[in-house]
Amino acid sequence: MEFLNNIFVNIAQWIRELLAALGFSPVWVEMGMAVVYLVAILGVCVLVALFYVLWERKLAGYIQRRPGPNRLGPNGWLQTIADAMKLLTKEDVVPQGADRIVHLLAALFIFVPTVLALAVIPFGEGMAALDLNLGIFYLIAVTSLSTIPIFMAGWSSNNKYSLVGSMRAVAQMVSYEIPLVFSLLGVILIAGTMKLQGVVEAQSSVWFIVLQPVAFVIFLICAIAETNRAPFDLPEGESELTAGVYTEYSGMRWALFYLAEYCNMFVMSSVAATMFLGGWHGPLLPGWLWFLLKTFLIMSCFIWFRWTFPRIRVDHLMNFSWKVLVPLSLANVFVTGIGVYIYNNGLGWW
Amino acid sequence: MKTQTYTLNFGPQHPSTHGVLHVVLELDGEICVGSKTQIGYLHRGIEKLVEDRTYPQVIPYTDRLDYLSGMSNNLVYVQTIEKLMGIEVPERAEYIRVLLAELMRIASHMVGIGIYIMDLGAVSAVFYPFIEREKILELMSHISGGRMTFNYMRIGGVAYDLHPDFYPELDNFINEFPRFIEEYHKLVDDNEIFKARTKNIGVISAEKAMSYGLTGPNLRASGVDYDLRKISPYSVYDRFDFETAVGKNGDCYDRYVVRMKEVEESFKIIKQAYKEMPEGPVMAKVPKLIKPPVGDAYHQAENPKGILGCYVVSDGSPKPYRVHFRRPSFNNISIYDELFIGHKIADIVAILASFDIVLGEIDA
Amino acid sequence: MKNEKNYPELLTGRFGDKTVFNPEKPNEVYTDGDNLISVLEFLKNEGLNFLADISSVDYKEYFEVVYQLFSFDNSDHLTIKVKLDHNNPQVPSATALWETANWLEREVYDLMGITFINHPNLERILTWEGFEGHPLRKDFVSKKQSSRK
Repeated sequence: MEFLNNIFVNIAQWIRELLAALGFSPVWVEMGMAVVYLVAILGVCVLVALFYVLWERKLAGYIQRRPGPNRLGPNGWLQTIADAMKLLTKEDVVPQGADRIVHLLAALFIFVPTVLALAVIPFGEGMAALDLNLGIFYLIAVTSLSTIPIFMAGWSSNNKYSLVGSMRAVAQMVSYEIPLVFSLLGVILIAGTMKLQGVVEAQSSVWFIVLQPVAFVIFLICAIAETNRAPFDLPEGESELTAGVYTEYSGMRWALFYLAEYCNMFVMSSVAATMFLGGWHGPLLPGWLWFLLKTFLIMSCFIWFRWTFPRIRVDHLMNFSWKVLVPLSLANVFVTGIGVYIYNNGLGWW
Repeated sequence: MKTQTYTLNFGPQHPSTHGVLHVVLELDGEICVGSKTQIGYLHRGIEKLVEDRTYPQVIPYTDRLDYLSGMSNNLVYVQTIEKLMGIEVPERAEYIRVLLAELMRIASHMVGIGIYIMDLGAVSAVFYPFIEREKILELMSHISGGRMTFNYMRIGGVAYDLHPDFYPELDNFINEFPRFIEEYHKLVDDNEIFKARTKNIGVISAEKAMSYGLTGPNLRASGVDYDLRKISPYSVYDRFDFETAVGKNGDCYDRYVVRMKEVEESFKIIKQAYKEMPEGPVMAKVPKLIKPPVGDAYHQAENPKGILGCYVVSDGSPKPYRVHFRRPSFNNISIYDELFIGHKIADIVAILASFDIVLGEIDA
Repeated sequence: MKNEKNYPELLTGRFGDKTVFNPEKPNEVYTDGDNLISVLEFLKNEGLNFLADISSVDYKEYFEVVYQLFSFDNSDHLTIKVKLDHNNPQVPSATALWETANWLEREVYDLMGITFINHPNLERILTWEGFEGHPLRKDFVSKKQSSRK
């Protein structure tokens, strides 16, 4: 049990010792480890995205009373591999009027915030590539960067649908950033730390979803909006803007956007699992498996929402953020603050 | 700040223009300030083509007008010729016609409603009605051999009697359909996002609707109780007990409600027609070569999309001198240019979808 | 079906010999282009407030424009026909009375080449802008047909 729980930590330790034994100086060992972490994170990214693409199609199929992909491999499990192969071999079309360089760079940049964010996620006890003291702060700062490549994509495509889509994306992501941050503030107040490992450790007795149910709901809504998923998929808005910012992308570049969307979802659901669902805490199973199960649960909720709700309209979206979510999250912070103050100071006379 | 409006070509290649409708939108940010609807991308010149065909050869062309309700189009055309020639249709044929026309109405509304809600972003909502529609198309293929282009009605009756396989499948459909209606109401009616997207969007007053010649569910959603099946019953519609569905506000939500209600009423007619269907021949005595007397006739009927009219001029030869169709969707969408102004792109999609248009019919 | 009102009689009472009808066909009235709009307006006020259709027929010697009038309140039906000169087919537009006439008349103009005077936007609607000829005319020969010969 203990072995399974620490399997990845032990592997990392083993590689580190191997590098040292090969006679590298400590600086080079650290450099080598950074590469190992990067490869591991990218591996996680791709595997998770491939799995969730398939899972989304399967689950959507069940919601829609149809079997979903079921031809390729056992029960259709190889479908995404085949799709990825197809996208890799497709012609890479750049429209004539496009700003070529920005158009190409946007598809690469979309991945940067995701990988950066994954660096601090604790997949298990001691299983974060970096354990920053300001982990949550860093996470919020990095995830909001993903607005920029989307705007680059929309602007450079030289297509009006893309432009409208990217304008929507910026407006939406900036507005939803605020309630998202405030919803996490309540957790930080209770945990008393911005270190992600510390937040998880603070949940060893009770998960914060119990203490912060409102914040959890706000966070979930904002997370969907931040990742541009239905019902908040306005930047893409298939039936309105054809494919919004992705209209002019094809083949591998389009696949990168697609992959990034799923990785973003994975980041957001791992943040939710870390902050509200007790991270790696759980009986019997190894910690990292618990963590993956919890993210899987939240990801499935994302998929469930997407295939159930109609798309919200752009002004309703803004109203909902500024008139409902922001005041609600502020009130939540206020109430939490009072609660924490009473807990810390007043329990004696309670 | 100085801002500029821009032109957006909405269609003809766009996922929610229901085919090849082309709307040139003048937009100020997200809000429409000008609109010009352009049609004709699917124009096949049916009215010209049929001038070179004999009267029965025109029937397959009508299947391709509103290709989601071929049976109803067949009906209008053959009834026009029957009116021109004064043919009495056997009672059983009339019952079969009504039964099929109402099944067709359900099938067409299933597509209309499903695609409407899909265009609002709820993709799953399209699959449930399509399952029901599939059953109807199966039924139709039992009797005509085709799923969408039937060519089943004939001048003077219908091509064949109902196939024996038709009855158990219809029983099956009648048993299962009420559950679907109940389920779908639960799924869609009270969805807050759906209501926010459709209530008070694309409001058409009764006067406007009448002036623009809107017909069918789009007219009735505006509160005008005008249904040809009630006002001037054709075929045997006067023998059935049903209500017309009428809305109040004329907005997108009412157009959904009216369609759903109409589906339920059609289901009532189907049950009655099936129960009361008499035995007997399905084809009147019609001459081998159909040569209507010199003259003209106009006949119109309540199709799923609205009133389909057919104007036929005969010069006494075996080929029609002139055939003209009044296509409901063509008249319905003429209001778009006025209706779109002041709405957002998302609303334009909602309005477009709520009209349940078929381009095959608009462009003829 | 029998109409509730006898519209041909009403029209004769109002317009005299400007409207012609055949007693055997009580649903059909002929008029001429000059009186068309006042006839339609009169009928609209009499209850035939639904302009269902405008179609046109090329009878080789002359054109005929056919207006199908219905009522939103009952089952009344009246057909108004206007004969037009084949060389210069012109008829006033009914767009001032019904908005739906706009597109219906554009269709007739496009396919039959009948000009509607005072139409706000008389453009081709089903064929493209540079299209030559009017397909539903009996003397129309398409490019494909002519190259085949």
